[in-house]
Amino acid sequence: MDAVFSGLASGFEVALDPFNLFLVLGGCFVGTLIGALPGIGPINGVAILLPIAYGLGFKPESAIILLAGIYYGAEYGGRISSILLNVPGDAGAVMTTLDGNPMARNGEAGKALSLSAVASFVGGTFSVILMSFFGPALASYAIHFSPSDYVALMVFAFASLASLVGSNPVKTLLAALIGLMLASIGIDANTGVARYTFGIPDILAGIDFLVVVIGLFGMAELIHLVEQQAAGTLKTLKIDKSFVTLKDLAFVKWTILRGSLIGFFIGILPGTGASVASAVAYGTEKRSARDSSKFGQGDMRGLAAPEAANNASAGGAMVPMLTLGIPGSGTTAILLGALLLFNVTPGPLMFQQRPEIAWGLIASMYIGNVALLIINLPLVGLFARMLTIPQQFLTPLIAVLAFIGVYSVVSNPHDLYMITALGVFGWFLRKLDFSLAPVILGFVLGGLFEDNLRRALSISGGDWTILVTSWNSVALYVLALLVVAVPVVVGRRRRARAEDASPKAPA
Amino acid sequence: MTFAKTASALLLTSFLVSPAFAQEIDRPECVAPAKPGGGFDLTCRIAQQGLEKQFDGPMQVTFMPGGIGAVAINLFNTTRTDDPNAIVAFSSGSLLNMATGKYGQWGAGDVRFLATAGTDYGAVIVRDDSPYKTLKDVMDALKENPGGVVMGAGGSVGSQDWMKAAILMKSEDLDPRQMRYVAFDGGGDAIAGLLGGSIQVYTGDVGEMVSHLGTGEMRILAAMSDERLPAPFADIPTAKEAGYDAVWPIVRGYYMGKNVPDEAYNKWVEAFQAAYKTDEWAALVKDKGLLPLDLSGKEMDADMKKRVERMTGIAKEAGLIQ
Repeated sequence: MDAVFSGLASGFEVALDPFNLFLVLGGCFVGTLIGALPGIGPINGVAILLPIAYGLGFKPESAIILLAGIYYGAEYGGRISSILLNVPGDAGAVMTTLDGNPMARNGEAGKALSLSAVASFVGGTFSVILMSFFGPALASYAIHFSPSDYVALMVFAFASLASLVGSNPVKTLLAALIGLMLASIGIDANTGVARYTFGIPDILAGIDFLVVVIGLFGMAELIHLVEQQAAGTLKTLKIDKSFVTLKDLAFVKWTILRGSLIGFFIGILPGTGASVASAVAYGTEKRSARDSSKFGQGDMRGLAAPEAANNASAGGAMVPMLTLGIPGSGTTAILLGALLLFNVTPGPLMFQQRPEIAWGLIASMYIGNVALLIINLPLVGLFARMLTIPQQFLTPLIAVLAFIGVYSVVSNPHDLYMITALGVFGWFLRKLDFSLAPVILGFVLGGLFEDNLRRALSISGGDWTILVTSWNSVALYVLALLVVAVPVVVGRRRRARAEDASPKAPA
Repeated sequence: MTFAKTASALLLTSFLVSPAFAQEIDRPECVAPAKPGGGFDLTCRIAQQGLEKQFDGPMQVTFMPGGIGAVAINLFNTTRTDDPNAIVAFSSGSLLNMATGKYGQWGAGDVRFLATAGTDYGAVIVRDDSPYKTLKDVMDALKENPGGVVMGAGGSVGSQDWMKAAILMKSEDLDPRQMRYVAFDGGGDAIAGLLGGSIQVYTGDVGEMVSHLGTGEMRILAAMSDERLPAPFADIPTAKEAGYDAVWPIVRGYYMGKNVPDEAYNKWVEAFQAAYKTDEWAALVKDKGLLPLDLSGKEMDADMKKRVERMTGIAKEAGLIQ
């Protein structure tokens, strides 16, 4: 414990150095803007700026602090286009659209933006605190999470997402199935055989997550907007000056804490990141809510839970990277590359060999979270006004940005055709009253589920009992069962009680 | 109000990227045909830093993930066949894909191999508390029961990570198809799997172990090189020393489109040759966990084509292709 405090003290000394402090603030600000752009998320933000940070000749700790600031800022900023435009900037922000965008449409854009900023702040800070005190212990737990445990985690995620089953369960299941089908495209990770690629090399590696998100969500939303405008049914939104109140925060305080906890623990597992974390947090919240009828129509809890979770997972993903040198997410893989670029070897030795970098980075995350809250709250008004930009200007601008965002990551024109095709497909699905979130979740969870199931079975040589041999798995299966069963049982009991009570009530 | 509109619009348009095309090498670019953070990224970083003084402008690194290089080779054979500015990173994995037909119609004859960044070798790695103390222990266990040792790495069946394990099996005349091989998504996940006890033997690379050498978490049982490697790997026995004919060099380098004019190609070759002579290049290659291998131009092109031929032979033996 003493080591943690003295480490943190020396870390704050590094992070509070005026130049580094400036970099944290600058990184957070730029990161927020990058994250706010549809199509450009933390991964490409950091990847694009890495060579610039290197080229400027900063000291390693300064460069890493800058990149981490951008990473954090982009995670914060990702919520903005989700809430305002219904176009998620990256994978982790998909769940944010579910209740965030309805809130904005109900004239509560300012409230949604400020509430999600606070939820992000709590999630982010929560995970940094857990990381600084329990990092090494948590990391060694995380690597003992075996492929069969991941299978159990995915079952749990699917179970908690059963709550997404909306007005039409068949359509939701079909949507999830479409997601699973999209996930099976590409070279099979186990045997190296190409599946459903039809000889097109561009989809040999599968369809990139970003392409699916931008296509199905972003492009479909734009087509929908254009259609509404052509039909003259588009409502212009008034400038709203709503802001989150203390009463609102008191209402969602447990939601935010639960979301933070879920996000952090899913974040530390290598291979699962913000998208799984926010989905599980949303599902659990909806499942455990007493009255979940407002979810999907602008419930504050449905916004706070995924936002707290995706920022907590951003911190959680740092744990295996810093303590073991194993990246827990795509973005931390780039940060890891950045450390190597500066000849810093991440892992247990980093805390001894280069404490100024390890602790400086951790201290800068504390500062970054506070800075992001301070930067984001006053900007709420400015961002909320984005909605007042006339649609004929906003729609093409978003379309252009989404195309640039997708193209800048991979520089492959094929992806542009893909997002266009997926956009049209997504628009058709919307016309048919399909919800798009299950498609995305089927896509993410399906891939992870398949890879890990097959890994587990290769380990056991085809013996299925491997799936229930560890306590982690068993505990997760029990939780999955509870998540499905408890609301049903509670609901039935409540209904029974209501029926008992009703005859006594005067007719 | 107007300010707010202008500000929001500006904020949205401030990240435009504009590509440029010219016959001069005025915008040097290294294409890493993968997501950021992996081996191709590393290869491009070596070019970016090592050739810093050879070009006026900074070299840009771009990413083009897809089919372990399939997307990139396809693009450089269809639209960017004569781009004088761009070099593409490749590795032995890409050569293996050319050998086994994973790049569809594109093979070793469809690119202009340019220069090497360095070389690495396969490594047989176990967790520190593993009962296997030497490569012989692993091989004996495999001989007793070919499916009894859980091996794994970051690539699928048929990838070069799998080939390393398959070559080990082959060296004792065991059938590679009988081994228990777990395919992870990249080396990081595979190392996590090894440390977490999901797999017993990891067929990784020597270079990536630099950052794990002093931690006491893992042991390298053997390097898959012809001879012992220089420090810090000098203590690692080779598989050959232990009596197993299992060598797997991993070359890292760059190719260009096949229609690039000779003038531009030669300029690049000169840039690499000039960089090879500097101490900075040697230090850079070492820092990135690679061993020196300075080949460029025609000599390099011929060497790579020879390697592809050798791999075709191995792939046939391992039953990957007919």
